[in-house]
Amino acid sequence: MAADSALLLGLVEEFVLGQQDRKAVDTATGKLKAGQFTILQLVEALGLHLTSSQPQTRGRGVQLLSNVLQECYGDLTEREVKVLIVFYENRLKDHYVITPHVIQGLKALTKCSVLPPGSAVSILKSLFQDIHVQSLMLAERSCVYNILIQLMESRESELKGLGADFVFGFVQSVDGERDPRNLLLAFHIARKIVHEGYDLGKFTEELFEVTSCYFPIDFSPPANDPHGITQEELVLALRVVLTGTPRFAEFLLPLIIEKLDSDVQSAKLDSLQTLTACASVYEHKDLAQFLPGLWASLRREVFQTASERVESAGLAAVGTLTACLSRSVLNSDSEDSLNVFLELVLKDCQHHLCEPDLKLVWPSAKLLQATSTASYRASHRVAAAVLPSLIEQYNSRTQCAQRRTLLEVLQGFVHPVTSSEEDESVLLDFRQSLCSIVFSALSESNADLQITSMRLLTALGQQTGLLLESDVELAVDHLTRLILEEGDPKVSLAVVECAGALARLHPAAFISKMVPRLKEEIFSGGLRSKAVRQRCVAALAAVSSRPSLVQESTPVLLQVLTSAHTGTGAFSLEEVISVCHSLQKIAEQAQDTEETGGVFHDVIPRLLGLALQAALQGSSGHCSPILEETVLSAMVPIISTTCARLQSRLAGQTASLAVSLFLDGDVSFLPENAFPTQIQLLKVSQSQMVCLLMGCVCWLPRTVEVPQMDRLLLELEELSCTCDHPLSYTSAAKCYAGLVNKSPAGEVLDSLIDRTLKRISTELDSASSPVRTQAFTLLLWVSKALLLRYHPLSTALTDKLFSLLSDPELGWLAADGFSLLMSDSPDVLNRGSHADVRIMYRQRFFTENSAKLVEGFNAAVQEKKSGYLKALSHIVNNLPRQVQLTELPALLPLLLEALSCPDQGVQVSTLSCLQPVLLDPPSALITQLEVLVGRTLALTTSPTMKVRIASLRCIHALSRFPEHEIMPFRARVLRALAAPLDDHKRVVRSEAAVARNEW
Amino acid sequence: MSGGARLENANPLIFQRTGERLQTANDEDEDVADPIDDREIFDLIRSINDPEHPLSLEELNVVEQVRVRVDDQENAVGVEFTPAIPHCSMATLIGLSIKVKLLRSLPERFKIDVHITPGTHASEDAVNKQLADKERVAAALENSQLLEVVNQCLISNARTG
Repeated sequence: MAADSALLLGLVEEFVLGQQDRKAVDTATGKLKAGQFTILQLVEALGLHLTSSQPQTRGRGVQLLSNVLQECYGDLTEREVKVLIVFYENRLKDHYVITPHVIQGLKALTKCSVLPPGSAVSILKSLFQDIHVQSLMLAERSCVYNILIQLMESRESELKGLGADFVFGFVQSVDGERDPRNLLLAFHIARKIVHEGYDLGKFTEELFEVTSCYFPIDFSPPANDPHGITQEELVLALRVVLTGTPRFAEFLLPLIIEKLDSDVQSAKLDSLQTLTACASVYEHKDLAQFLPGLWASLRREVFQTASERVESAGLAAVGTLTACLSRSVLNSDSEDSLNVFLELVLKDCQHHLCEPDLKLVWPSAKLLQATSTASYRASHRVAAAVLPSLIEQYNSRTQCAQRRTLLEVLQGFVHPVTSSEEDESVLLDFRQSLCSIVFSALSESNADLQITSMRLLTALGQQTGLLLESDVELAVDHLTRLILEEGDPKVSLAVVECAGALARLHPAAFISKMVPRLKEEIFSGGLRSKAVRQRCVAALAAVSSRPSLVQESTPVLLQVLTSAHTGTGAFSLEEVISVCHSLQKIAEQAQDTEETGGVFHDVIPRLLGLALQAALQGSSGHCSPILEETVLSAMVPIISTTCARLQSRLAGQTASLAVSLFLDGDVSFLPENAFPTQIQLLKVSQSQMVCLLMGCVCWLPRTVEVPQMDRLLLELEELSCTCDHPLSYTSAAKCYAGLVNKSPAGEVLDSLIDRTLKRISTELDSASSPVRTQAFTLLLWVSKALLLRYHPLSTALTDKLFSLLSDPELGWLAADGFSLLMSDSPDVLNRGSHADVRIMYRQRFFTENSAKLVEGFNAAVQEKKSGYLKALSHIVNNLPRQVQLTELPALLPLLLEALSCPDQGVQVSTLSCLQPVLLDPPSALITQLEVLVGRTLALTTSPTMKVRIASLRCIHALSRFPEHEIMPFRARVLRALAAPLDDHKRVVRSEAAVARNEW
Repeated sequence: MSGGARLENANPLIFQRTGERLQTANDEDEDVADPIDDREIFDLIRSINDPEHPLSLEELNVVEQVRVRVDDQENAVGVEFTPAIPHCSMATLIGLSIKVKLLRSLPERFKIDVHITPGTHASEDAVNKQLADKERVAAALENSQLLEVVNQCLISNARTG
């Protein structure tokens, strides 16, 4: 014990003399925690120093004590704390050198859980009394704020007992604070004061003043700011304080009005957002007095703004103001402030609506719409005031442009009212006239009017009760007429959209009116032009979203295919393809129900049957359009989209039927059963139908098991390696790959791949083999399948691909193959087809293989190098931007090399890869600027248009580099760009003009 | 009204914008030469911003396609613009912006003539004279403040060029 106290004395001595710092504190803390001595003994040991006549010595003494306390405030007893607090409170009156340490100690003490009652109040009283916070240093100020926060959290009720004195003390200590870190703390305290119901007493205005003097906050953090405080944080922290209580209203609102006059954009925006925030807290009586002033400022912001953000913030503020006013409960003696406000708005905006040519129509309409969205009452009032005059104007104006503007304004008013839930729509009174306006506009010949009126019609349709049964029918008639008669692509697009939206809500009218009419039109023979039929087909696809409609529309489209096949309908090839696209669209948008699933389940056999019939006939002379490759390829997505969405029972059924058709020639499930019994679909003559098989089996959900898998894979491999028809062998390879991708891992799969790889290698290795391309295609697709699922064998396959880059025949194909490997293919092996696609497989492939590529490039002879460059640019092109940026420095020399490679494909691909990177240039690029500028400028005179365009885009992107970096090149670039300005292609000229203007 | 001086013309007439030029098959074809035509010049200048409104010159009907003349063979471009109000003080600035945009975007072989549509501005002759004077245009562009304002007008949606 005696040894301990001697040790303690020694420690204290050393610390106070300044020989030891951290170590003394640590030792003391350690011993204290271990219970070897008490805090009392420490104080006793310090005794002499604490009463020394030298302030420095006293300071060191207190510092040691405070540091120890910071570490072990949890171990103190209540009595010790009490004594220490009295001591520290006394020390606050001491010399200024000691104060920082005293505050540190107090901070530690406030964290004690055993803080005796009453001491919080006494600490605060002495703090507020004895020190002037703003004359302390940054760290000490922060300490004081932390004490306040700590006490507010642990001793809330005691502090509230202090009453307004606490607020006053806070106001005094914060007044003049300038450091953003401390401001955040101060705002935090102020927020607690405001939100947790501290008594503000007569200091409301003072508290407001001391915080609002920072409003609006203008703070730009220093470069490489270590504290990471943003303007945004400060703005939000302050906003919460200012908008916290309605008692600030009388001070805040004038301030906002004043700040709205500011020329600084961010100040305006902040003011508007603060207004929006406080309007959702305030009540009408807080606002009433300031309404005229607020309105004048808001109106000015919306009417004359140059920035969309200010405008939308202004509109939001108007909206919340209205909502706030509408919430208020009226007393019998007060006037209705909502009415007063709306009166103001209407007075200023209404007359602008009568001048549909002038600029202010739009801001006025937006303001009125913002108020009417805010509440039911407001919308009632605004609609009653505005709609009659708009409707009347529409009927009296004759110019199309004016009528169109009016319609658009009307549409704006129709949308917002959706917010009124249980009340019946405000627009009900105007239903009749709105409908008649829409229908009259639909029968106009002006395209813009038609389009706008269709939008209005859609908006009306979204609301319950605005379109009666008869109106819907009339609308459908109009839409049908427009489909048949209007050739303008913009109008047809709008018709299709509108019909699609309405059909979702009112399918019955479309089934009874539109579908039969369109069907009649499609089959009416050569009277109508092809374009009309095209539109009919597109419209049919658009309306088919409900099962009932799908049931009506798909048979029509299938019938088109049948009649095209038999040759009775005189449908051209493009029409057949567009019918296929429409079917695919229906399959995509149809709601996923048992019913639609059933419909499409029937579609697959019919399509297969048609294709098979066509294929069989094809060999006997008659040529059906279904036989065309383009049509077959268009049919694939129909089947695949359907299969991907089938429920598992139907999916399993479909799979087994399709497989037995293709393997065994089982035709029993096909409609119009008139096929020869022994057909072999995977043999040469009908082999291109294998793409349909691919669409079917590769897109099934992974849970569905494909029957006879081994045999199927064998046949597919055989087909893909022997057939000489490109579509057939590619589809077979894809189908094979799709199945391999989904099959469960294990020895079976490994041996299968081994076998295939051997076969491929033998074909590829014999230079004279006639099927090298086929073998390569299979290799490519299988590598992709394995790469996607991170299969360990994929490396063997991709290595094979790399080695092919120097192959004289297949080198180019292999280089292009990398683009296929890295990009998503639309028809197989993507997420939509439930394939096993791991995330980030691209990055993985890149990191594993970029070195090989570079090595290969360096080793290759001059003529072969371009293949490597091409492969590289394909790979880099498909990487996510983040990876591109990090990898770029290493690859840059190669890419720049690629720019001077004579192959134009490589040039385009490299340029398009560089361009997005240039938009946000990494520093590695800047050092290479000289070369980059030189190479790209040289390419602007390339003979190929695409290269010229891509290089001009890169130069455009270069203009955003830091000013001082590109300055030296400016004259050179401007001179060089003069040439493409006179290019003989307009597209090139416009790119050049854009780029040159930027420079 | 505070927050900046009151605008000379606070509620101007607004005209509709024309859409993007439609791409034709010829545009894609390498071998067909497209001559520089009225529409191309118009596309260059229609998106220039008005100095005082967040609107383009096209929307204010200051420039119209019918008032653009191009002669590709003779290397001449003529643009007439119509200030929104007869005493518009911005007329010179608008004219200068059009001229600068064309100077930057057209091949050097063209002679560019920008002037006010006859009879639409109070001090038409004075403005026309200023715009036709090469020296004065060059001098104006030496003035960094003026150049800044002109660039502000031209900065617009660069993509539509």
